[in-house]
Amino acid sequence: MSTTNSTITEDIRAKAKQLLSSGEVAAFLGFTTGTLPMTMRPFVARRPEDAERLVWNSFCVMNLANYLPDLLKSVEPPRGPKDPPPEGPLPKVGVLATGCWSRNIVVQIQENQVQRDRLVILGIGSRGMVDRKKVLAQVDGREVWTSEEGEHSLVIEGPGFKKEIQRWDVVRDNCQTCIHPNPVIYDYQVGQPVSPREVKDRFRQVNEIEAMSSEERWSWFQEEISSCIRCYACRNACPLCYCPTCFVDDSRPQWVGKSIDLADTSIFHILRAYHCAGRCTDCGACESACPMGIHMRLFTKKLEKDVLELYGTEAGMDPDVPLPLTTYKEDDPQNFLITEAVGQTSEAGEGVKP
Amino acid sequence: MKVLRLDKADLERWFVNWAKTREVYGPLRQSSSDSKSISVNKSYTDWAILKDGKFPELGTGLPKSPIKKFFFPQPETLFTCSKRKGDPDAFVFKEPENRDNARKVLVGVRPCDARSVELNNLPFEKDPYFQANRAKTAIVGFTCRDRCQTCFCKEVGGSPVGTEGMDIAVTQLDDFYMAEVITEKGEELVQEGGGASEASGEEISRLKESKAQVESLFSSMSDPAQALEAMKAKDLFALYNAPFWSQLADSCINCGICTFLCPTCYCFDIQDEVVKGTIRRIRYYDSCMFPLFTLQASGHNPRGQKVQRVRNRFMHKFKYFPDRFGPFSCVGCGRCIRECPVNIDIREVLKDLLAVE
Repeated sequence: MSTTNSTITEDIRAKAKQLLSSGEVAAFLGFTTGTLPMTMRPFVARRPEDAERLVWNSFCVMNLANYLPDLLKSVEPPRGPKDPPPEGPLPKVGVLATGCWSRNIVVQIQENQVQRDRLVILGIGSRGMVDRKKVLAQVDGREVWTSEEGEHSLVIEGPGFKKEIQRWDVVRDNCQTCIHPNPVIYDYQVGQPVSPREVKDRFRQVNEIEAMSSEERWSWFQEEISSCIRCYACRNACPLCYCPTCFVDDSRPQWVGKSIDLADTSIFHILRAYHCAGRCTDCGACESACPMGIHMRLFTKKLEKDVLELYGTEAGMDPDVPLPLTTYKEDDPQNFLITEAVGQTSEAGEGVKP
Repeated sequence: MKVLRLDKADLERWFVNWAKTREVYGPLRQSSSDSKSISVNKSYTDWAILKDGKFPELGTGLPKSPIKKFFFPQPETLFTCSKRKGDPDAFVFKEPENRDNARKVLVGVRPCDARSVELNNLPFEKDPYFQANRAKTAIVGFTCRDRCQTCFCKEVGGSPVGTEGMDIAVTQLDDFYMAEVITEKGEELVQEGGGASEASGEEISRLKESKAQVESLFSSMSDPAQALEAMKAKDLFALYNAPFWSQLADSCINCGICTFLCPTCYCFDIQDEVVKGTIRRIRYYDSCMFPLFTLQASGHNPRGQKVQRVRNRFMHKFKYFPDRFGPFSCVGCGRCIRECPVNIDIREVLKDLLAVE
C-alpha cells in the first residue's frame, strides 16, 4: 500500500540519485533505517547507488540542518589552514528540509554558517514526527520490537503485545503545535505541501508554566532538569549550536561547573535556552535526543513566545528579515529592560536618575 | 557454594532487614505526581532507594543508568580544603569530611551490569576511591529470563545467567526464587536477611536446567573467545585506518549519551570547584566524544575531528583495553544502542572491526 511517506521516499531516492549521478551535489543528506524500530539514522549518500538506502517516515526526528556546516566543509577540496580558498564554486550538498529545518537553514545562512548557493534543498511538507517516548509510554515502557507505519496509525509489537496506535496521538508536542509545516526555502518539492493545521493555542504549554507562581515554576524547572546527565545531546542535536568552543567546555575562564550539581545543570540549561532566543524554530531535536526525557524545548518555547510578542518575528521565516536579537533598531521594545520605578523614595533612588 | 530457596516474601523480608543497616537500591519506575501537560513523564526505571521492602521493577529491561555511579560516582570528591584567609589550614588538601560511608546493597542487578564492576576493576585496581566504594557495596544480582533486542552479552564474553561481580545471584523459577551465595559479603547478607532454607537437590537441578534454557536464547553471532583473540591479533593501524569510521562520523552528533550511560566507560577529568570558601577537588565523568577530552594546554587537539573521537570510543573498548587488560571493555548491555539518537550500533561496529583484514 502506498502511503504519503512511501511516496516521499521514492521521490527522495529518485531525486538524490539524479543529483549524485549528474555530479550536481557531492553528497546527499537524508535518513536511512537503522537496527532498531522507531530510530532513524541520519545518512550521507555519496554515490548514486547509496540513494536507494534513503528512507522517509515519521521517525526522522533529528534536524538535518545540524549536520550542514560540517558536511559542507567535508566536501571541500582539502587545504591547509593558510592556503587560500580554491577558485571556482565549491561542491554542493543536497539536503531534505521540512518547515522547521528549512527555517534553521535560513538562520544558518543569516549567521554565515552555510551558503545558500551550495545547497540543493528538497522541501518536504511535514505531517509531524512521532515521539518515540510517547509510544513507549503507551506500552508502559516495555520494549518495542517492530513498528509498522500506516497512513494514520502505527502498529507496534513487543513482548506479549501488539497494538495499534493513532499516529497523531504520539506525534511530538512541538509538531502538534506547529503552524509552519512547509519549507520556507527549497529547490524541489518532494510530495505535496501540507495544509497548515489549525492549532488552537500553540503556546498552551508555555501558558501553563507562566501561570505558576515563581516558586512553583522554579521547582518545576529543577525537577525537570534533575535527571540531566550533562551528555549535551540537546546541544549537539541543535542546528543553532555551532560555537567552536561551547561555554560549558570553556576552562579559561570556567563559566560553569562540570558535574551534575543542580546549580551547574541549571546554568547550562538556562544559558543554552537563552543562546537560542530568537533563533529557535522549535524543531524538537533537543528533546528527541534527550535520553532522560527532559522537556527542554519548553524553555526555548517560552523565548520563542517572548520574541514573537516583543518583536513580532519568528526565526527563519524570511531570509531578508534580520534576526531580532542581532540587530538594533531605534524603536526596539525595551520595556523588559527598563521598568518604571514605583513609589521610589529619594534615599533609595540615590544615583538612579531618570 | 550455598544455594537457597526463597519465596517472594522471603526476599521482601531480606530487603526490609537489610534496609535497617544499609541503603538498599533497586530499579524503580520514575513517576511524576503532576497531571499537567508539561509534567515530567518518565516511562523508564532507574536506580532508587527501595523503601518498605518494595520489590525492584525488573519487567521492562535494564534500568536507564548503569550501576557505575555507585562505584565511580558523578562526581567523587577527592579532597577538600579551606580557602579562607587566616585559616591556618588554608590550601591544605584534606580527605573530605562528609564522605558517604553508608553501606549499600544493589538489588536486581543484571549479569551484564554486575560484570561491568569486574571489568572496571581492572583499570581501577589501585584506585582507593573505587575500591572503597566497592568494599561498602554489595550486589544482589538477578539473572535474566528474557533478552531485549539490544542485548549482546554473549558476544563480548558475558552470559545472561552469569554471576560475575555478584555477591548473591538470584534466579526466578516460576513462583519461587533460588539464591546462589557467592561471596562472604553475600553470606553476611543472608545472615542479616534471615530465614531462608537450603535448596534441595531437585531444586538445584531445576536451577541448572532453567539457566541452560535461558543461555540458549542468547545464541551468539560468533564465538566470543575467538572474536576476542582475533581482535588482539589484528594490526592496530589496520583497524585505525578502516574506511567505515567516516561513515559512523557522518551520523554521530558527538554527544555523551553512549559514554555516560555505558557501564564500562570510566574516563574522568579532575577539577577544583570553590563553593562558599571551600575548595573541593572533584573527579567527574568525561567523554571521548567531547573535543575538550584531549585538548592540550598548548591549544593543540590530537583528536580535533569528530571522526577521531568516534573511532576512539570503539577502539578503546575493542582494541586498546583488551590489549592491555584482556577482555573487551563492553558487557553487551545495549544501552548505547537503545539510547543513541542517531542509531549508532556498537554490534555493527564490532562486526566491521572483526572483518578488517
